[in-house]
Amino acid sequence: MDIQMLAEEVPVEGEYSLEGIDFITSGEQYLTFLLAEEQYAVDILCVEEIRSWENPTRIPNSPQYIKGVINMRGIIVPIVDLRMKFNIGEAVYCETTVVIVLTVETEEKTRTIGFVVDAVSDVLNVETNEIKPAPVFGGCVPQNYLDGLVNVGENVVTILNVKALQVVEKHQVS
Amino acid sequence: MSVDLSQFIPSFLEESFEGLELMESSLLDLEQGDDETINSIFRAAHSIKGGAGTFGFNNVTEFTHLVETLLDEMRDGRRNIKQDDIELLLDSVDCMRLLIESIRDETECDTSKIFETSVLLEKTLATDGIKVSDPLTINDSEIVESKTDDLSTWQIKFIPEHHLVQTGNDPLLLFNALADLGEVTLVACAKELPALNDIDAEEIYLTWNLTLESSASEDDIKEVFEWVEDECELIITKEDIISSDLPSLEISSPVLSTETPSFEEPDVILPAPTNEKPVETSTTNSDKPSSKAKNDLGSIRVGVDKVDSLINLVGELVITQSMLSELGNDFDLSKVERLNSGLEQLLQNTKELQESVMRIRMLPISFAFNRFPRLVHDLSKKTGKEVELILKGEQTELDKTVMEQIGDPLVHLVRNAVDHGIESAEIRLANGKPQKGTIMLNAYHQGGSIVIEIKDDGGGIDREAVFNKALEKGIVDENTVLTDAQTFDLLFEPGFSTAKEVSDISGRGVGMDVVKKNIQSLGGRIQVESERGKGSTFRVNLPLTLAILDGQLVQVGTETYIIPLITIVESLQPQKELINRVSGDMVLYRLREDNVPVIPVYQLFNIPCEFENIENSLLVVVEADGQKVGLMVDDLLAQQQVVIKSLNDNYQQVEGVSGATILGDGSVAMILDVPGIISMALAQAQLNQKNRSTFQPKITQSISEGVSS
Repeated sequence: MDIQMLAEEVPVEGEYSLEGIDFITSGEQYLTFLLAEEQYAVDILCVEEIRSWENPTRIPNSPQYIKGVINMRGIIVPIVDLRMKFNIGEAVYCETTVVIVLTVETEEKTRTIGFVVDAVSDVLNVETNEIKPAPVFGGCVPQNYLDGLVNVGENVVTILNVKALQVVEKHQVS
Repeated sequence: MSVDLSQFIPSFLEESFEGLELMESSLLDLEQGDDETINSIFRAAHSIKGGAGTFGFNNVTEFTHLVETLLDEMRDGRRNIKQDDIELLLDSVDCMRLLIESIRDETECDTSKIFETSVLLEKTLATDGIKVSDPLTINDSEIVESKTDDLSTWQIKFIPEHHLVQTGNDPLLLFNALADLGEVTLVACAKELPALNDIDAEEIYLTWNLTLESSASEDDIKEVFEWVEDECELIITKEDIISSDLPSLEISSPVLSTETPSFEEPDVILPAPTNEKPVETSTTNSDKPSSKAKNDLGSIRVGVDKVDSLINLVGELVITQSMLSELGNDFDLSKVERLNSGLEQLLQNTKELQESVMRIRMLPISFAFNRFPRLVHDLSKKTGKEVELILKGEQTELDKTVMEQIGDPLVHLVRNAVDHGIESAEIRLANGKPQKGTIMLNAYHQGGSIVIEIKDDGGGIDREAVFNKALEKGIVDENTVLTDAQTFDLLFEPGFSTAKEVSDISGRGVGMDVVKKNIQSLGGRIQVESERGKGSTFRVNLPLTLAILDGQLVQVGTETYIIPLITIVESLQPQKELINRVSGDMVLYRLREDNVPVIPVYQLFNIPCEFENIENSLLVVVEADGQKVGLMVDDLLAQQQVVIKSLNDNYQQVEGVSGATILGDGSVAMILDVPGIISMALAQAQLNQKNRSTFQPKITQSISEGVSS
């Protein structure tokens, strides 16, 4: 078959609105979630699973935002409360409180960590050129955690850098 | 499709290493002399050679061939077994190991040592009147070597049918097989090659012209092609005159260089031998760099009996499962009893299954021990001391991972024993000891751990020397009074060496601290006993396995922790009159003669607990590094085996915690790291002291004010 013919049959990006059919996409897909009223997103390919909140086992002398560890099918997974880590909203645990488990491979090692968020909301398709750099104005979330901002309708979604999330700070509480 | 030989390389490597070990140990036995021993060495060498030939590791084949020839002469009684020959063979084994390691690591190995040894081998072969025609030109062919005189040249035209590869034949393999008969020159003819678009990747479009210089008969050649007889056209003609390369045959189609199985003359990696003496450029010291290669193999050999028992257990498990599921189909209360017995059976099955699986990982410690005869042999030659090595308890089983990591520390200890422990023959005789020193390696089980003893009957450790050295290093001061055990512990301080002079073998002062660190990282400990003039014993205590641990579950507040059972001395309910408070806020508990410092776990871990008062809580007395402490906990729960999971994988090392485990209800519990807890408590105490001392002036002031007013 001729390449030219093939090209004509493939829909041009953005030309068709294929709502509800997520698998024909270009760009990246992100999982969005809520911290207080704000929307955040992470790369969906890193999401291992979404769990309901369960009380983890505390790690002695760990920082406040590290809630402890849970057993995920035999793997010990630490749980980080993103709201406490970024100081956004209140760390309450209710029915919609969920844990997003992310697995990120870095050069050194692969880590699996769970993050407590207020609720998961949606899957978002984002073209790379839609991502705008985050303004360097204060805010609770340190700059190195931010990959950029995306406008979705009226709202702004903050895309978080999963690699930065995966870094476990050395802590020493004495 | 042809069989991908490369998938068998790992097992070839593994078998070769085993063969080498066998050769080594048998060679050491050979000094006593025995027909069967030499046979087994020969067999090992032969199978390594065969294997290497199959995979085309020509340098191994060539070298091993020399060794084999020498062994063969010994075996046939054509040559007397001399000590020198044994040394040479031991060196050759080292060379073979180097070669095979270089294959495994895909690195270039140091050829100079191999070259040297092969020259020596040739020389040895050349003496004693047994004529072996220039051994290194034989390369990969034994046949050529045996009748080098009637070489003939064969012209072979090989025209395979297009579908040859689909029937599972690979021309390359055929050519390799031909190469075993003699020297092959190969030219591919690509006339029939279709246009790129029309090429079917699974068809052969090439034909080959081969020139074989060999003493093989036509039948030999036909045999090579036996399997493809019906699928090719084969024209074999003989040229009696040895004409080296026909110029016309050298023209090969350049386009095809990638498509054609690129066949080259077997690489001769060894430098071609010359009759002149080898240039003595690099003599020794070349054997060091290879030792960096790690010694861990990715697989274990498991006895069939172990696998069989595993299969039986799994069978039983399946039966229990079906019994239980049947029971669950229409369950009512009348069946509770059957359910209970079913569950009990399941428990039993699981336990047995777990034990059998763990047993698979267990290997007899002889795997770690069998390198020592050679080591001691070499060391005793180097130092000029006569040393006899006795191995005991070689069948004691140990977890594979522990085994891999204990090898190096043991080597170090044995080296020390030979170098420092055993005295020279004169001193020994003067002291009324037999001239030959003895080193004994002994392994045995003790409780849940394995004990490895390294015992020598040498001069023992000079306590004074150790003490003075420690003084010099500033580790102790003059007034320190140390017990024997404490003195000997100094040996494990970094940079500590009492050897009067640094020798090639040991005494640089690096090592003992590493030995201790390694052993500790395995959860083991090392003790030293020594008597001046009688000898020393290093006793290494190791847990049997790293994966499972017997634990005592304890409760602190709402948390459950696990204390390794092996560290627990006893658990008790504190009695009020035995609790003492000293130097301010330190709580001591009188345990018979000892005063045991009490560590409140809740304080250390900053968690709420039920009983903050020691009188209401329980005390678990644990010991680590010879230090006893009492851990204050709320309650003692069950004792059970737990599987150790690392916190490090997804998180990081946590002070005072050695890992985590998953309990029966699926929740996670932390395993306490007793030595870590002790050092934590120490650090905290020091911190408190510092804080207090900074406050001190104020307090004294206020007191003095109070006095004055």
